[in-house]
Amino acid sequence: MNILVCISNVPDTTSKINFKNNDSEFDSNGVQYIINPNDEFGLTRAIWFQEKNNAEVTVLTVGDQTCEPILRKCLAIGANKAIRIDAVPKDGFFVASQISEICKINKYDLIICGRESIDYNGAMVGGILSNMINCPYVANCIGLSIDNKKATLEREIDGGKEVLSCELPVIIGSQKGLVEETDLIIPNMRGIMQARQKTLEVLPANSIKNLTDTNKFFKPQPKKEVKLVDSEDVNELINLLQNEAKVL
Amino acid sequence: MSVIVYIESEENKIKKASLEAVSYAKKISESLKKDLIAVSFNLTDFSILKNYGVDKLYNISDDKLKVFEVNIYSNNLSNLFNELEPEIIVITSSANSRYLGPILASKIDAAYMSNVASLPISYSPFSVKRSCFTNKAFNETSTKKSTVVLSLSSNSYGLHENKSNLILEEIKGIDSNSALKVDSLEKLTNKVTIADADIVVSGGRGLKGPENWHLIEDLAKVLGAATACSKPVSDMGWRPHSEHVGQTGKPVASNLYIAVGISGAIQHLAGVNSSKVKVVINNDPEAPFFRSADYGIVGDAFEVLPKLIEGLKAIK
Repeated sequence: MNILVCISNVPDTTSKINFKNNDSEFDSNGVQYIINPNDEFGLTRAIWFQEKNNAEVTVLTVGDQTCEPILRKCLAIGANKAIRIDAVPKDGFFVASQISEICKINKYDLIICGRESIDYNGAMVGGILSNMINCPYVANCIGLSIDNKKATLEREIDGGKEVLSCELPVIIGSQKGLVEETDLIIPNMRGIMQARQKTLEVLPANSIKNLTDTNKFFKPQPKKEVKLVDSEDVNELINLLQNEAKVL
Repeated sequence: MSVIVYIESEENKIKKASLEAVSYAKKISESLKKDLIAVSFNLTDFSILKNYGVDKLYNISDDKLKVFEVNIYSNNLSNLFNELEPEIIVITSSANSRYLGPILASKIDAAYMSNVASLPISYSPFSVKRSCFTNKAFNETSTKKSTVVLSLSSNSYGLHENKSNLILEEIKGIDSNSALKVDSLEKLTNKVTIADADIVVSGGRGLKGPENWHLIEDLAKVLGAATACSKPVSDMGWRPHSEHVGQTGKPVASNLYIAVGISGAIQHLAGVNSSKVKVVINNDPEAPFFRSADYGIVGDAFEVLPKLIEGLKAIK
C-alpha cells in the first residue's frame, strides 16, 4: 500500500500573528513552524498503516527551502521518504494542482490532506484534488479502516457522524479524532538519525496559475475591557446580557 | 449571468445559516442589479424564502437525492450552473457545504473562497475579506475568475428580511453516480449542534470532572444552547471530541459564548473569537480569558452556575 501525506508548514498554534510590509505579508520573525496539526493526525494514521500493513508513506509539501525542517521531522516520525515541490504556495488551487501532477506519476492508494491548514484556513486542497484526479474524497475524516482494497470511513457532520465506504484509492481530510492526541509520535533519537539518511526529493513546480490572490492582512479590532460582575450578583449578569448585549 | 444561493435543509426545514446566506446573496444581487436565484434539493415548504428576497427557486426533486452525497449533489448543481452561468455562488459554512464547495468550484471551473466575513470589497477584480490564522486575523482575497464560490462564515452577516415574489421551477435530478457510498448516518436528535447554535455553553478543567457536567448541561438547557468543551477536557475523555472547540477543534461563531472554568489558552481563544459576546466564569482573576471576554465573573463555578441557572429560569 502506498500512502501520500500532504503537509503544510504552519506557525505554531501559540504564535502571535503579525504582519509586515504594509500588512501584505505574514511576519515570520520569531515564529516557530510546525507540521499543520490536522496533517499530523493524518501522518500518525499513515504510520499506523505502515506498521500494520507495511505501507510505504511519502510526505509531500509545496514550499520553499524553509519547509525542509518539518519534512525532516515527518521522516523522523517514520515517513519513508519526502518530496518538496519547490514553489511558494499561492493558493489552494495551486497546491492541489501541484499534488495532482505527482499523483499522475506515482500511484497512491491513500492520499491524506489535513482538513485545513491553521494559517490560510482554505479547506479546499482535498476537494479540488478529488475532482482533478477523479478520486473520491472524504472531508472531516474521523475514522478510517482498510480491508483489502475497501475503505470504510467516518465523516464528522454537524451534530453527528456519517459512515461511508469506497474502493481505494481515496483522499481524506484528516482531523483530530482520526487518531487521538496521545497517539501522536514524538521523534526519538534513532528516528532523527535515520531521517538524515532518508530521501528528500526536491522537484520543480509545474507552471500553474493560481486562481486567487491574498492582498492584505488585518488584525481583529482590539477588544474593549471586560465588564466584571460580582459573583454574589449573578442577576446583574443576566440583566446585562438581556438589556445591554441583547443576546438573551 | 446571475447570483445563486444554495439552500440547505433538514427534514424539509430550511437551515438558519441558509437564510443568512440568502440575506447576504440578496445584498450582492441588488448591488449588481440582478435577480437572486436559489437552488435546493427536495424542498416542499419554501415560503420563508419569499421573506428574504429569493426571486427564483430551482428545486431539484428526486428520491435519489434524499441523503447528501457530495459527488451526486455537486454533479446536479454543476449541471444546472453550466446552464445558468452564475458569477457568484453563495453557500453556508456547514460541514456539508464546506465539503461541497471546493469540489463544486473545481467542477464548474470557479475560484473558491472559504470563511468569507464581508460583503464584496470590489467586483473588479472580485474581492472579499475572509478570516484566516484560525480567527486570529483576516485577509483580503481577490480573484480574476469570472465565477466564484463563496462559503460565508456563520453569523458574520446576520438575517435581513427582504420581500420578494418567488417563482418556483421544479426540476428533476440528473443520472449521476459516485464512487462513495453512504452506509449510515448517526445524528443526535433533539440536541442543538455547535454549528447551528445561537448560544454555546462551554466547560473546562475548572469543572474538576465529567461528573459535574450536569451544571453545563442544565445551563445549556435553560438557554437552548449547545454544549462544548476545551481541549484538555476532550483529551482526558471527559467529553467527546465533537464538543472540543478551539484551533484544532471546532470553530464557534455564536451570538453568545459562555466559558466556565476555561483559562483561555491562545488556541482556545482563536477558535471562539468569532462569537459576538463572550462571558467568562473563572475563579482565577488572572485567567487570560478575562482579557478577551465582554463580561466576566470571578468566582467559583460550583456556586455561580446554580444561581445563574435559577436566575435564567425565572426570566424564561
